[in-house]
Amino acid sequence: MADLKSNFLGISSPNPFWLASAPPTDKEYNVRRAFDAGWGGVVWKTLGAEGPPVVNVNGPRYGAIWGADRRLLGLNNIELITDRPLQVNLDEMTRVKKDYPDRALIASIMVPCDEQSWKDILPRVEDTGADGIELNFGCPHGMAERGMGSAVGQVPQYIQMVTEWCKMYYSKPVIVKLTPNITDIRFPARAAKAGGADAVSLINTINSITSVDLDNMAPEPTIGGKGTHGGYCGPAVKPIAMNMVAEIARDGETRGLPISGIGGVTTWRDAAEFMALGAGNVQVCTAAMTYGFKIVQEMISGLSQWMDERGYTSIDQFVGSAVPNVTDWQYLDLNYVTKAKIDQDACIKCGRCYAACEDTSHQAISMSADRVFEVMDDECVACNLCVNVCPVEGCITMEQMAPGAIDPRTGKTVEADYANWTTHPNNPSAKAAE
Amino acid sequence: MTSPTTPGIAAGRLSAAELANNFDDLHPPLDRHEAVVAADRCYFCHDAPCMTACPTSIDIPLFIRQIMTGTPEAAARTILSQNILGGMCARVCPTETLCEEVCVRETAEGKPVEIGRLQRFATDTLMNSGVHPFARAGVTGKTVAVVGAGPAGLSCAHRLAMHGHDVTIFEARGKAGGLNEFGIASYKSTDDFAAREIGWLLQIGGITIETGRALGNGLDLDTLQAEFDAVFLAVGLGGVNALRAAGEDKAGVTDAVDFISDLRQSSDLTTLPVGRNVVVIGGGMTAVDAAVQSKLLGAENVTIAYRRGPDRMGASKFEQDLAASKGVKILFNAMPVAVHGNGAATEIELEYTEDTGSGLKGTGETFRLNADQVFKAIGQTLTTDAGLTIDAGKIAVTGAGRTSKAGVWAGGDCASGGDDLTVTAVAEGRDAAEDIHATLMGKG
Repeated sequence: MADLKSNFLGISSPNPFWLASAPPTDKEYNVRRAFDAGWGGVVWKTLGAEGPPVVNVNGPRYGAIWGADRRLLGLNNIELITDRPLQVNLDEMTRVKKDYPDRALIASIMVPCDEQSWKDILPRVEDTGADGIELNFGCPHGMAERGMGSAVGQVPQYIQMVTEWCKMYYSKPVIVKLTPNITDIRFPARAAKAGGADAVSLINTINSITSVDLDNMAPEPTIGGKGTHGGYCGPAVKPIAMNMVAEIARDGETRGLPISGIGGVTTWRDAAEFMALGAGNVQVCTAAMTYGFKIVQEMISGLSQWMDERGYTSIDQFVGSAVPNVTDWQYLDLNYVTKAKIDQDACIKCGRCYAACEDTSHQAISMSADRVFEVMDDECVACNLCVNVCPVEGCITMEQMAPGAIDPRTGKTVEADYANWTTHPNNPSAKAAE
Repeated sequence: MTSPTTPGIAAGRLSAAELANNFDDLHPPLDRHEAVVAADRCYFCHDAPCMTACPTSIDIPLFIRQIMTGTPEAAARTILSQNILGGMCARVCPTETLCEEVCVRETAEGKPVEIGRLQRFATDTLMNSGVHPFARAGVTGKTVAVVGAGPAGLSCAHRLAMHGHDVTIFEARGKAGGLNEFGIASYKSTDDFAAREIGWLLQIGGITIETGRALGNGLDLDTLQAEFDAVFLAVGLGGVNALRAAGEDKAGVTDAVDFISDLRQSSDLTTLPVGRNVVVIGGGMTAVDAAVQSKLLGAENVTIAYRRGPDRMGASKFEQDLAASKGVKILFNAMPVAVHGNGAATEIELEYTEDTGSGLKGTGETFRLNADQVFKAIGQTLTTDAGLTIDAGKIAVTGAGRTSKAGVWAGGDCASGGDDLTVTAVAEGRDAAEDIHATLMGKG
């Protein structure tokens, strides 16, 4: 069985699955149970400054969207940082870390954007024995209205400034948690690096309204007839998160900066994908909130089995492996030609490929009177929509045309050589082909 | 107090509580959660096979999607606009040989979307709210006589009424409903559903039902034609085929349809007699309905004897399995030769059969079964031809139910073509109504 041991920023944990800073990590009771269930690490629910704790709403805090069979696909929340006294959290963290020395324990922090606030809290966090800190520059709701959370994360200069204070007043690794509620994730990541961050973690939640109560004409979750935007997470945000992780992993200025991947990780495969795109470990929240702490057992067994099958003996061997293959559109090979192919034995004859292609794509699938669906290669542009709408996995595949063959759609010979837009004759800015 | 082993034909073999449990809904209704979960499985197929398989061409993917999005009332409209008896069809359709048989999830997983139960959920939701979703067009002044208040007649009448015609239904029995009311196993139509559905259907207005009026018994086609602008015959098949076995006249040998009818109309099943040893002759749905209900009433031994093999049996595999699960034994390739007994039946003698390729014949090997009650379920026959051309024992029709006489249409079991199913009858009644409407309005 593959060794899942993780050594992220020198912080060791038995596996790369950490629980993200969120309701599941709000207190000692939960965190002990999470560790007992097998989680490799925990980022404690975000601590605020000394003083009266924040208060949460007393109506609903979460909204959701669902897929078939009410499977939860996306969750949003308007919960704030911990609403328990600072010292209670610090005491609990100290006890937990002492009892679970092999697990990673990270303190998430969100205090006002002034040096003194950070200077005050950091030594107290250091005293807990936690393995590092994560700066919550991400939460887009509530605290952002008070100049914290994503309000900081949206201003690269502030990110750099606060990161510098943390590196000054704290001796262990500093992870900067980024908000996705920006235009280009590379700028805050560069600022974190410039401030001396040991790593970035992303994504925090996305601003969202999940649904509208049409009886009361109010966004949900509805509090006394009103609602506000909340932070969106869960499987639905994974594609957005993975793109942002990849952008940082392949950016010239931030390449090599350790990344903790967050955003809709639900299964071992999600974790492997984030890690292939450059995340050294992953943080999980919604999956645990949906199914409980036990899901980590599937993540551990699945990742381990996959690594064994692929011959990986440690996670470092595949972290970032997909990054070199993330490129810009302009560099995609225009001589790579595929056609959809329908496996007639696997086909259940639902006709969704036909409806999708006929109504909304390229009219490249034929339908016979006895419901045989076939791809017309002379019309197929290989868009992949039929593959995506087919309910039977593997029934429709995209088959590459061999170089030398004639593409019946264009009448042109499929070229073996790579050629992209930068040299294409239709491109007004094309460079001459070499 | 009697019991399943009480000899002869006796009532009260089971307690009222046991009977109530036995005759409860065969397929209990889905609740809202179950319906949404079941609806989620529909793939919304293009040109869906289920829709093609439905004799009334209900847009099944659309109505299931409407359930999924929380609008079962809209789903009901989708169903009922094609099939006004969609509530009953949801209960009695052999979906396993129609829509659900061709469901792509049957192909994919051997487990179709539960179309019948979803249809029931939608139609029950709407009907329970008391809403009748259709309105009559302006009154045309045209009148139509419908003979028979079964599924075909009711469907035809409703559609004609919608178009603004005034309809009079003449029903031979004392109560409307036809086979829905008298001929279907009790556990498929609980809580007096057939009658409730008719009450709901009649909310359209413009339909009058006269009971106790039968063709050939006070009613004749010429008079109807003289008094009405059009006539639709939906008289069903009132006769029952004979066994053609010696001793058929002995006490205890009766028609399965009468037993089913008595059972449906009974207000206290503890008073309904049934044999200790029941043998049902036949292989269709009626045979299964009679056999299963005999067992549920408390008969000790119930056997269906069918003269051919299982592949030829009219009752679907589901119905055969249902019978088996209730403890009914099905004998294949056996035909009745004689009923024995001194006045009343005590035994039935059967002979094994073989299909010689040129017909079925007895092998000469006979055997006897204890039988104090024998039900004949070997097919039904037309009781009056009303002077019309007959084709293979049924009123010959062409197109949308046109008979050999202009101005007279026919549909349902009495008319040629189509399976003898409620849903087919509904389709034929509806289509004949459209043709009658077009003819009356000068567009036909």
